[in-house]
Amino acid sequence: MRIETERIGGTLFIQINGELDLHTSPMFKETVEEKLAQYDFIKHLVIDFTNVEFIDSSGLGVILGRFKHMTQRGGRLSAINVSAPLRKVFELSGLLRIMGIYDDRRQAMGN
Amino acid sequence: MTSNYLKLRFPSLPENVGLARMMAASFAAQLEFTLAEIEEIRVAVSEAVSNCVIHAYPGKPGLIQMNLAIKNNNLVIKIRDYGKGINDIEQAKQATFSTEPERMGLGLVFMESFMDDMGIESQPEKGTTVVMKKHPERGSANAGLSRIS
Repeated sequence: MRIETERIGGTLFIQINGELDLHTSPMFKETVEEKLAQYDFIKHLVIDFTNVEFIDSSGLGVILGRFKHMTQRGGRLSAINVSAPLRKVFELSGLLRIMGIYDDRRQAMGN
Repeated sequence: MTSNYLKLRFPSLPENVGLARMMAASFAAQLEFTLAEIEEIRVAVSEAVSNCVIHAYPGKPGLIQMNLAIKNNNLVIKIRDYGKGINDIEQAKQATFSTEPERMGLGLVFMESFMDDMGIESQPEKGTTVVMKKHPERGSANAGLSRIS
């Protein structure tokens, strides 16, 4: 798995490339937490799932953890470009009901 | 009748979770599963093997056995560990139950939702066996071969 980050103002964009599971989710957590610690003014975390080939409950767990972190610091988390197979596990997990899911960056920034 | 099978033995390391689901998906492709069904199988196997890594052998890797078989046009997946075991299987099946922080406790929920049938046998300190079955909705065995020819 490879993670790319980009910060624009108070928004941190995270692009995940590969599979998010028990093996790779600690790396995702560490990368995001480092950035959030480095820039304490970040209030919006946007995770791009375009290149996510697989996610299971371990992956969803670290997403939920970051959602809680953003909520605690008065911010929010958005997911963009979530494919149909991924949307199914998001739906079953209940994350669809609490997280903002948008088609693309522009839509996520506009909400 | 069993028409094909594969038996794997590997240590409960996080890096083997992806390998296990890849093997299961490749094996399942012998039946006429849709891509969506293969994806569901990948999630179910990932959850079962992750449970072995996290819960059966916390802190120290142990042995996982994964048996894949095609029986009467059904995919049968058996995943066995010799670890801690589950004290209360019904409690473990609850969506909100997890013994670990930052985990959703959804592993067994996903396995039950994505497979046609799932059974768990467990004994404390002796291990756990999970058996999952799935039938391709749209076709029969070897349909892939007929598509190619």
